Amino acid sequence: MSEHILVEMRDVTAGYAGQPVLRNIDFTLRNRDFLGLIGPNGSGKTTLLKVILGLLKPSSGSVEYHFAGDGRFQARIGYLPQLTLFDRRFPITVKEVVLSGLLSGRSAGKRYSREERKRAGRLIDSLGISAIENRPVGEISGGQLQRTFLARALVSSPRLLLLDEPNTFVDKRIERGMFEILRDLNRDIAIVLVSHDLGMISSYVKTIACLSDGLHIHDSNEITQEILDKYHCPIDLITHGRVPHRVLKSHKEPGDD
Amino acid sequence: MIDLLHYQFFINALLAALLTSITCGITGTYIVARRMVFIGGGISHASFGGVGLGYFLGFDPILGAGVFSLIIAMLIEGLSERRELRRDTLIGVMWSFGMAVGVIFVFLTPGYAANLMTYLFGNILTVSSTDLMLLSVLLLILILVFTVFFRDILAISFDQEYAKTLGIPVLFINTLLLGLIALTIVFNIRVVGIILVISMLTIPQATANLFSKRFGTMIFLSVLFALFASFAGLVLSNHLDIPSGATIVFCAILIFLLALPLAALRRRRQQPG
Repeated sequence: MSEHILVEMRDVTAGYAGQPVLRNIDFTLRNRDFLGLIGPNGSGKTTLLKVILGLLKPSSGSVEYHFAGDGRFQARIGYLPQLTLFDRRFPITVKEVVLSGLLSGRSAGKRYSREERKRAGRLIDSLGISAIENRPVGEISGGQLQRTFLARALVSSPRLLLLDEPNTFVDKRIERGMFEILRDLNRDIAIVLVSHDLGMISSYVKTIACLSDGLHIHDSNEITQEILDKYHCPIDLITHGRVPHRVLKSHKEPGDD
Repeated sequence: MIDLLHYQFFINALLAALLTSITCGITGTYIVARRMVFIGGGISHASFGGVGLGYFLGFDPILGAGVFSLIIAMLIEGLSERRELRRDTLIGVMWSFGMAVGVIFVFLTPGYAANLMTYLFGNILTVSSTDLMLLSVLLLILILVFTVFFRDILAISFDQEYAKTLGIPVLFINTLLLGLIALTIVFNIRVVGIILVISMLTIPQATANLFSKRFGTMIFLSVLFALFASFAGLVLSNHLDIPSGATIVFCAILIFLLALPLAALRRRRQQPG
């Protein structure tokens, strides 16, 4: 708990065209947090990420960043967007995509340095996509694409990694590999992961937060129906009908430890 | 051929072919990669409104087309941000609006509108030194912009939302490039004409795309194929005494058709079995 604070949100209200999606959110993110963010469709999960990224200005409230070092806070945040918004047939290679993660706060016209290319190369190696680094993104699989985007998010050595529905287009086996990578990363950096798949999320994250008429943070990775009910989180109704059995653990009473 | 080089108009035509190939090769790759062909067609046809105004009010029609197409391009971009107007519908509206303005003002211009066909279908042999200068300035700007912003253009074109999270000035670069698209189209009108200019922005790029799936390489190959097409078209049109613009387009398509089986063969060799 003594980890230092990275992002601090106070009483944030934000939305689109005057319609607030997030209302009066207080939220603190610390170094080495691994937060699973769940909530029904339209509850504002992606909106919350956009506020953290500085893409969406809150209509009221404040967001403070406490990253070490100078420079723009965006350069300290890596982001893995939902896999639906880009042009898959655009003529660009895996390596070019990964390197584009270095463009934050960069002066125009500056080429990628040898050191930066090496760093990208190491990252590509460690994520197991070096065999396809010169292939166009239109010719690789969903899992490889996801690793490419993860590498793009990580190439700037961020202190915080935001992942929006990273398991949308890949099968369970690839998903597990991905979460192992995230667990390793979490030794050094904070991670916020948005998902509506409760099952996968709960076995890897440290804390669960549910966004539904406000943000409810539960200080453990256990999910029980009780918790969902208590926080008015209707997530189970929307995803699986009920919470998958394998993630249920006995719920400790406060003061058990 | 050697004799022709004694004539200024033919040397101008060769220079125009060179400048057309490079400017269209660069801008066209961006247009094709970002799926902006329809907006390109819209801008080029709408520019006829500027040509008509030029005739009617007595200024250089290319100047009129330049200003008019820039305004149309920005209108399409600006208005399509509004929810009630869909982008492709808007392009269709602007496309026909510009053509209509052009037809009306050419009709209202007293006397015979000389050279009107030149604007519609282009004639590389009538290219003036002013046209060449405009194309040269455009080429310098294109090289500068695509060198300085190459990485940003790539990032924005591939994944605009992500580019925004990186803090890249997305709106500025998009608008700048849209303006350059409009100018590339207008300054090349004299060479291939309003109706055919979109061909130089798409066919060499389609050919290039058969051999490469990298943006930078595609630009290089597009310029190369455009050069082949425009020089072959120029010589052929002169030899057969047929319109140059259409001949250049025809050559570009011929190159594309010849490249199809070559590219297929190359792919098969790369993936044995």
